[in-house]
Amino acid sequence: MNTIGYKIKKTIIYICLILLAAACLLPFLLMMINSTRSGVEITTGFTFIPSTHLKENWEQLFDYMNLFRGMGNSLLIAIPATILSGYFSSITAYAMAIYKFKGNKIIFGVIVVFMMIPAQLSLIGFYNLCMTLKLIDSYIPLIVPAIAAPGTVFFLRQYVQATLSPALLEAARIDGAKEIGIFHKIVLPIMMPGIATMSIGAFIGNWNNYLVPLILLNTPSKMTLPVMISTLRAATNLQANQGAIYLGVAISVLPILIAFCFFSKYIISSISAGGVKE
Amino acid sequence: MANTQVAKRTKKRNKDNIAYLFVLPFVIVFLIFSVYPVLRTLYLSFTSYRGFGDPVWIWLDNYKRALTDKFFWRAFWNTCKIWGVNIIVQLGLAFLLTIIFSDIKYKMRGLPIFRAIYYLPNLIAATSVAFLFKTLLDWRFGSVNQILVSAGITSTPINWMGDASIAPYVISIIGAWMWFGNSFIVLMAGVQGIPTDYFEAAAIDGAGRWTRFFKITLPLLKPILLYTFITSLIGGLQLFDLPYLMAEGGTLGNPSGCMQTAVMYLFRFGFETGQVGFASAIAYTLFIIILILSVIQFKWLGGKED
Repeated sequence: MNTIGYKIKKTIIYICLILLAAACLLPFLLMMINSTRSGVEITTGFTFIPSTHLKENWEQLFDYMNLFRGMGNSLLIAIPATILSGYFSSITAYAMAIYKFKGNKIIFGVIVVFMMIPAQLSLIGFYNLCMTLKLIDSYIPLIVPAIAAPGTVFFLRQYVQATLSPALLEAARIDGAKEIGIFHKIVLPIMMPGIATMSIGAFIGNWNNYLVPLILLNTPSKMTLPVMISTLRAATNLQANQGAIYLGVAISVLPILIAFCFFSKYIISSISAGGVKE
Repeated sequence: MANTQVAKRTKKRNKDNIAYLFVLPFVIVFLIFSVYPVLRTLYLSFTSYRGFGDPVWIWLDNYKRALTDKFFWRAFWNTCKIWGVNIIVQLGLAFLLTIIFSDIKYKMRGLPIFRAIYYLPNLIAATSVAFLFKTLLDWRFGSVNQILVSAGITSTPINWMGDASIAPYVISIIGAWMWFGNSFIVLMAGVQGIPTDYFEAAAIDGAGRWTRFFKITLPLLKPILLYTFITSLIGGLQLFDLPYLMAEGGTLGNPSGCMQTAVMYLFRFGFETGQVGFASAIAYTLFIIILILSVIQFKWLGGKED
């Protein structure tokens, strides 16, 4: 008796969990289906059966904008920013965790404070600075600040403390290795899983960033993918064909969906790590 | 003996000195692109700067203007409304899932796959999410209304984004849809950090599911709960992309300004009408409000027992 009730309850819970999962995936499915349908078909009603107008939608969309250019621009920013953030955050975190030097505690304190400061506080000053440095419409202010990523340093500093044994460094020093060589040959490989975790998060953040590129970039050909997608609003000749709009959104989402299939483990461990840091 | 001591010490000092070189790039870039802009915004908030010429110091005039502007308070209230509904749905759902997946009696399987699917909407750029839902929720041609009407749930299409009494909450729900997976993962990681012995021992002593939840899980989750609350408060009061792209009229957040959030209001003055000094003061006013609310949350959630 009890076991039957238990099984029924468990089944109901599973059904609810699956429904919730469906709610997470359904909008993407609707998007995929609608991107194959013509504007007229979309206005007449909804169906789960894909149609045959993908090619027309594609042509109409790319007549209006070259999304691949936006994708290329986004990569041009996200890849160097991610590499810079990974390398410089790990060397900073390593130095803070292993060496004793004046100012170490101050840097740590400032990092913690800046992790809690909302981005809007620096937005106007940042724009003002870029204007003074004549960096408006340039990718430099979108890439170079990645060298100083407080959250990543905070996480990696703890990672070094947890994974690196000082005896290993001592042994390398006795063998006559230089400090920078020790970092590159011994420490960096050990930190790699931690760096990978943070880098995926950094890459997605850069890829999806909207507000900063929106205020900094003026030239249409330099626009990143999210900024380009947001101009769909102004595309009055596309409003007539919602299929083309769905297709544009689908193209912007697809790379992340594919990346997620490969890296979901790292992504989820990076969020878990964020929560248990205290 | 003394000689080797000295040699050792100098060698150690040499070894540690390289740390300055290691942290130097971080420190320089951090000072230029993080610390300076925050201080620059603070300075500008006391001036009547309009994007060109020299800033003129006007003391607290911008702050006075912000605090007495009813549109600032409307934008602030809109943000609170959208965030409030969002956080209740988002954390409620995340909590429920955490309880389900950490239950020792039911031992639910498939956590990795469910967790991955629930997290997926987080990864999509807010611009894409906004456009997807704007199109799906279109009053006349959107798939959502078509499905609702053909299923007989409503006879007339619902004007999701055009009705000021519905639209802000649509944003809340979309936000919850995007972020509940994130809260769930954070809470779940916290629960998994609690030794299972605690639950088993309590179960043997006859503690029911809810007793276990309120007496063991909740108190031990407190620090993580606090972290989730404060990060969501900071994130929530920064709400920009979703309402900016989904509402009509850009930063005005129409219909009738019901979706104009605090940061949209800031954006309007800082980047559209060129009242940079005033916009800076808005940024700091918001920051002070966030600070006060965070301290209250901290006291409320964290300060009672510890």
